[in-house]
Amino acid sequence: MIRTPLRPLARILDARQKGENPDAIERENLRIRHEQMRDRSRVRAEGRLLVLGVAFFCAFAVTGARMATLAASEPAEPRAYTQGASIVSQRADIVDRKGRILATNMETHSLYAHPQQMIEPERAAEELARIFPELDRERLVKDFTGKRKFVWVRKKLSPEQKQAVHDIGEPGLLFGPREMRLYPNGTLAAHVLGGARFGQEGVHSAEVIGSAGIERYFDKELRDPARKGAPLELSIDVTVQSAMERVLAGGMMLMNAKGAAAVLMDVDTGEVVSIASLPTFDPNDRPAPPTEGTPADSPLFNRAVQGVYELGSTFKIFAAAQAMELNLVRPDTVIDTRPPMRIGGHGIGEFRNKNYGDLTVSEVIVKSSNRGTAKMALDIGIERQQQFLDTLGFFKPTPLEITEAEGGKPLLPSRWTDLSSVTISYGHGLSASPLHLASAYAAIANGGFAVKPTLLKQSGPRHGPRVMSDYAAEESRKMLRRVVTDGTASFGEVPGYHVGGKTGTADKPKERGGGYYEDKVIATFATMFPAHDPKYVLIVTLDEPVETMGEKPRRTAGWTAVPVTAEMIGRIAPLLGLRPDYAPRELLQLTAN
Amino acid sequence: MRTFLYILTFLSVIGLAFWAYRENYKTQEALTEVQDLRRDIGGARERLAVLKAEWAYLNRPDRLRDLSEVNFERLRLLQFRPDQFGRVDQIAYPAPPILDLSTPIELSSDGDDRP
Repeated sequence: MIRTPLRPLARILDARQKGENPDAIERENLRIRHEQMRDRSRVRAEGRLLVLGVAFFCAFAVTGARMATLAASEPAEPRAYTQGASIVSQRADIVDRKGRILATNMETHSLYAHPQQMIEPERAAEELARIFPELDRERLVKDFTGKRKFVWVRKKLSPEQKQAVHDIGEPGLLFGPREMRLYPNGTLAAHVLGGARFGQEGVHSAEVIGSAGIERYFDKELRDPARKGAPLELSIDVTVQSAMERVLAGGMMLMNAKGAAAVLMDVDTGEVVSIASLPTFDPNDRPAPPTEGTPADSPLFNRAVQGVYELGSTFKIFAAAQAMELNLVRPDTVIDTRPPMRIGGHGIGEFRNKNYGDLTVSEVIVKSSNRGTAKMALDIGIERQQQFLDTLGFFKPTPLEITEAEGGKPLLPSRWTDLSSVTISYGHGLSASPLHLASAYAAIANGGFAVKPTLLKQSGPRHGPRVMSDYAAEESRKMLRRVVTDGTASFGEVPGYHVGGKTGTADKPKERGGGYYEDKVIATFATMFPAHDPKYVLIVTLDEPVETMGEKPRRTAGWTAVPVTAEMIGRIAPLLGLRPDYAPRELLQLTAN
Repeated sequence: MRTFLYILTFLSVIGLAFWAYRENYKTQEALTEVQDLRRDIGGARERLAVLKAEWAYLNRPDRLRDLSEVNFERLRLLQFRPDQFGRVDQIAYPAPPILDLSTPIELSSDGDDRP
């Protein structure tokens, strides 16, 4: 660029000659130069503003356009970010303690009809009635030819049935996918599992909700997608459960009982390893609740948890344990059990009106003396007895994780008099479930700690608060062992397992009140094994058993529940991995030489 | 020089665009493959669940018991009873092998009658 000098020499000289002020020329030139500079910078600033404006416009336009597309377009899941999203079934499996499946899901189909799309509705109805004998042909014809636009035909189809329906070739018959709950073991542990049914139903899917048992108790957890299909691990052992149910069913048949229940519980963890109630049902096809008769006669009724019975002499050990705990007696303290003994106007009798005379505390338990136990109960007093039974859990329903457990609320006397205190000490006047008895026996078995029965697999012992001293628990265990070796439960001996336990035979109260049946009993045998270091507690209860092999029918637990329990222990103890402990037999020559 | 620079820039833009499009297509392809794989995994899981259910059904204790009863002649399976437990000291250990002296051993001094 050519710069114009501020004082061009020619013009200065010219001005000097004319006598003008040459500074004016300089000022003039300076002004012109400043004006030029100003114009240039304005143009530049305007240009910059324009660029900036365009940039802002573009930015806003892009943002606006993006917002518009987001608002107007269909939402879609970003394909790249869902890493490892596993496709899981809508309900988690239930497995036993060794991971064997107890409940799982299966893909199946439901069948529905659009009558308006049907070509030969009557033929379709006929064919359907042929494939599914339980469907009524007339009803189907009425549904298919009427005004209805949508008819559910069946909720579940097997693949064979589906093919058969396909083969009808009717375009108005349609299939919808269904996920159904399957219990592959059939009736095994039916009362624990309960069952499931369809909730909200649509054409493309249906909700599966638990209708009873653990399925209902853990319904939310099982359906929680956050589980990602992790199975629910139970404490049940399928093998033991199966053996228990088998022996119990056999025993129930032999003893002509109308029902039976058994509970096997780990004494330290409170895990219920197997629990059975007979008669049972198939959770795959859960029967409808009974509309008539007593609910207790329905196979749905869980005798082990819901059934509250007077458990008879099995309670005597609690009175003895508490009396020893309170230092009122020692195992060798002598108690006079001679008649008469009257409490509140009622005579306290013995089985078959026997008179045992003087008995030590240990013998009171071994011979199952009512009067001996009654005297200990009177020494203990009402308040302390109540408190003790409360800590053992006899005042509340058991906290087992099935919905039915809430229903097993023990029946307590409305007024707890001295007479109640005495009768309860030998198991009359207080009704509790076999599971209550199992957890109370577990407290004796584990050295005096309360345990909560649970159906979930535990990783270690879960001792609750101490309810009795180690001494009282140990002496009680010795007494229970003696009941089997020289007492009422002599059939209960299983070589190698040192069974300890107490029998209990209670007359059944009449349903409509007014006393007890003469010839209907609840026979219970509560055991723990091995008695010197108990690992498991087993309760077996038979409802109305009668053993008819002798001359007279025999109903006491010693003749009914005890042999069944002994057989059961012989079957399940090896399965539990308990090694029998007895003097070694002759040397076996197992190696070929 | 300047023209060369322009051409170079232009070519590099074309090159980058080509690369970017190719990467985009590759990503789309990979995503489609992932989707297919997921579908396959879902199908496989479903099949697995059915197989597991079937396995559990075939291994249910009732059936195994019936099978062992039907095949008792061949298998001779009995219920697990306490008397089947043994103790280690009930098992006789095999006797230590006795040296076999029936065949004479050849010595290098055989036939040597020197003192």
